[in-house]
Amino acid sequence: MALDITSSPAGDGGTLATGGVPAARRTRNDWLRPNVLWGLVGAVIGYAIGHWAGNAIAHNWQQVQGSDQNNVSLVLGYLVGSVGFLAGLGIVNYPLAKLVGRQPPAPEEAQPGLGKFFRYTLDHKVVGAQYLVAMILYFMVGGLFALLFRTELLSPTSHVITPDAYIELVGMHGTMMMMMMTSAIIGPFGNYLVPLMIGSKRVAFPRLEALSLWLTPAAFVVLLSGLLIGGFPTGWTGYAPLAVQATQGMDSYLVSFGLMALSLLFGAVNMAATIISHRAPGMTFGRLPIFVWAMLSTASIMVLAVPVLFAGLYLMLMDRTWQTAFFTWQHGGSPYLWENLFWFFGHPEVYLLALPSFGILAELLPVFARKPAFGYRTVVAGLIGVGVLSFFVWQHHLFMSGMNPDMRPVVMLTTELISVPTGIVYLGAIGTLWRAKIRITVPMLFCLGLLFNFLLGGITGVFISDVPADTTLHGSFFVLAHFHYTIMGGYMFGFFAGVYYWFPRFTGLQLSEKIGTWHFWTMIVFFNSTFLPLFAVGLLGQPRRVFEYQHRLQGLNDWATISAYLLGVSLLIFLWNIVWTTAIKNRPSSMNPWHSLGLEWTIPYPTPLENFDRVPVVLSSPYDYGVPDRPPVAVVPEPVGVGCGPALSDPVREEDQHG
Amino acid sequence: MSGSTPPSPTHATAAQPRHALRIFLVWLVLSAIATPLVYLVLGPHLPPGGMSDSAASQQFDMKVLTAIATPVVLFIWTYFGYALIFFRSQRGVIEDGPPIRGNRVFQAGWLGITTALVLFLFGFGTYELIHPAGAGAGEGPNPIWSPVSSSSTKPLEVQVIAQQWQFTYRYLNAGGFETTQLYLPVDRPVVFHVTSLDVIHGFWAYQLGVKADANPGVDNVAFTTPTQLGRFEVRCSELCGIWHGAMYNNGYVVSAGAFSQWLTKEQQRHAPDLPLLPPAAPYYNPGAGGGFYGSGQEPNATATPSPFPSSVTSPAGS
Repeated sequence: MALDITSSPAGDGGTLATGGVPAARRTRNDWLRPNVLWGLVGAVIGYAIGHWAGNAIAHNWQQVQGSDQNNVSLVLGYLVGSVGFLAGLGIVNYPLAKLVGRQPPAPEEAQPGLGKFFRYTLDHKVVGAQYLVAMILYFMVGGLFALLFRTELLSPTSHVITPDAYIELVGMHGTMMMMMMTSAIIGPFGNYLVPLMIGSKRVAFPRLEALSLWLTPAAFVVLLSGLLIGGFPTGWTGYAPLAVQATQGMDSYLVSFGLMALSLLFGAVNMAATIISHRAPGMTFGRLPIFVWAMLSTASIMVLAVPVLFAGLYLMLMDRTWQTAFFTWQHGGSPYLWENLFWFFGHPEVYLLALPSFGILAELLPVFARKPAFGYRTVVAGLIGVGVLSFFVWQHHLFMSGMNPDMRPVVMLTTELISVPTGIVYLGAIGTLWRAKIRITVPMLFCLGLLFNFLLGGITGVFISDVPADTTLHGSFFVLAHFHYTIMGGYMFGFFAGVYYWFPRFTGLQLSEKIGTWHFWTMIVFFNSTFLPLFAVGLLGQPRRVFEYQHRLQGLNDWATISAYLLGVSLLIFLWNIVWTTAIKNRPSSMNPWHSLGLEWTIPYPTPLENFDRVPVVLSSPYDYGVPDRPPVAVVPEPVGVGCGPALSDPVREEDQHG
Repeated sequence: MSGSTPPSPTHATAAQPRHALRIFLVWLVLSAIATPLVYLVLGPHLPPGGMSDSAASQQFDMKVLTAIATPVVLFIWTYFGYALIFFRSQRGVIEDGPPIRGNRVFQAGWLGITTALVLFLFGFGTYELIHPAGAGAGEGPNPIWSPVSSSSTKPLEVQVIAQQWQFTYRYLNAGGFETTQLYLPVDRPVVFHVTSLDVIHGFWAYQLGVKADANPGVDNVAFTTPTQLGRFEVRCSELCGIWHGAMYNNGYVVSAGAFSQWLTKEQQRHAPDLPLLPPAAPYYNPGAGGGFYGSGQEPNATATPSPFPSSVTSPAGS
């Protein structure tokens, strides 16, 4: 990458210069400052440079004989193009200025209007909002792919699309949902809310955070560009000999997954550092909101698991361009190597898609039950326990592979053990709702939907962890239905709960409860109507990712496809809710519409650039509902020397927790 | 789940009904009705049926797991249903509930019960994996759980060769001929040696309850003993490229007599091919010498493509 950075000034020197000009000249024209359009210009120039260099280096070399495709030039085009995109956005200005010993450009000041959302900015609130829009976009695109290939499955043997188009769409859908959506909660809600929740004025590494955001559109475009060059035939798992023999579309998968891996890594480093080192006085680990604990656990898994994925992608890229043989068995490599590297990341990955939604669930239930979070310490231990155990279960994806079969009972044990910390989430929910004063709102409905769906997803997971049962279920639609119940039914329901709950914090507007209720009920009905039959389809013998299936399964498949269309309609209702609330109705909501005790709701809207005028002193847990004579959650200390004494000397109240 | 009674109320008032007891009773009645129904009525219809000993063992596993899952699911549904009916705030009123932060007995009981359930499932699953012989799953080249060799009949050894995008079968202890048909005799143990010539495939004989990944260069062994006559489906269970969905055929379990008839006929039909094949061995290795590849003829690169995509073995440009 170092080579790429030094080569980029040649491509967009003009853009770089505007980033470094003194503040006085800044006002001349907003469009000339680095923004996403310049990023696109940089991407095109970078791609051209990389493509040319690749052709110069590896002239006439082909991964697939007779295909007339030069993988080296494509990969270099993608990489230099991504760097060009980041350069056009002005992201490399700061490190470059530091590198050559010049005064780095001053950070962007807050700009009124929408322009700041199309720029590289260091404000975690803007980054969070950008993440939210980006994630909704990726989710909708990934969902459209699903609708397309479900259409193909309407008939067992006659075809709407060709088999290769089908397998491309399956791979695109899976990669989009599993890879791009990993940040769906930690990106928008983690980045936006964690500093507000822990009483910090900023995040620890704002540049890393912004970089993590801007890598996602690059990954998105690179991934989609795969469709133009034939896609990749491997699904999101990229199993090895198939990925080595695949045509150029495979490179788009590898590069885009690699960019996304960097994004996850940078975002996670920033998140963990912020939570550990930027908490306000009095915000002890025992008072940390459970959502923040979930973010910490998620970030820790990311930091440990993503590098393994990155290594795997790197080896695969070397196999495809450098002619190494890590994964080809005739030359001393092993397909098992990819399976292990991938799933060593891949299984923690699915907990990256569960823990954040558990955090949202545990955060929202006390608000709508008007009770303290039940068993706070047990729930936090559960979140950490899931994270730790997630590194010991990956080989259950290899139960049928024939690799060290004597280890299967051990992996079965660790896999089943992970249901204990996962079950603690239900323990917390049960205790929190016990004799509560439940208010049914749209965020609460989504939390309840999460509990309903994840129960089925978790229980069916126990079937798959059992090796004899898995002998029938492995690689079948049962597995597919299982992880859609945990990810779509759990993670995405948690995501929507968060969107409805924190939308007033993001925008000052409250999403319509009426339209939201329609959204919830259509979504949970058609979600279950789509995926419940798919359990049966798998049990009855349909493998995943097939475009032809047994005639006896047509009824169930058609039912699922039609339900999937209606599920798509439900998501349109959600989009309509956003349009209606923001563009049509546009009525400001109250400052704390849910009457929450959370620290993030004590800040006025619009949120000041530095969140808090003065760093608050946290006095109690954010879940002290019903506690008689509870102190305020936090106080803002008087400036030293003006008031009647340092507020920091307030005795920190002992937590009275039985958990 | 009887031990997981919800937390005892700390702020009990006279007006509070005995929620825990009511939830427990509703759950008990529902579970007592549903669990036997699930086991006895749904259970026999659970896949993969009883066509072989491994399929029957997997079906038993699924029956037990479903029967255990039923009361767990019912407890959660009962509790949340009850909570949503009885633990509601009045409309439009913001009022706080009792500040219960935890309950040691409930939390310890919950953890104890879930851990006990998990440990039971682990023991049960391990037992079921060992009896019968690996439960039909692929066990790699050196299986540690083999069928008990008490039966006088020698196991039938079938090599399953997967390639893009079809299965072929070699009958190793019948001369090693290679065919696209899969016939198995009833009540005789079968050893599948699953391997691949190119990418990872999966050999899934659905009704037999057999599944083993086909890895290139690996002999993945799976055992089963067919116990019923009939047809079974064979599908590829690992994504192997664009025609993955079309990679299927049917196999048949036939009587011992019909099997030997079929075997004789097929042996004669495929006898001319035998000299071209590598020696019959658990590893299907065209480069091992013998047969077409090792017979001294230099294979013409255009006429006989390498089993692996040519791109990997000869990546240098045209």
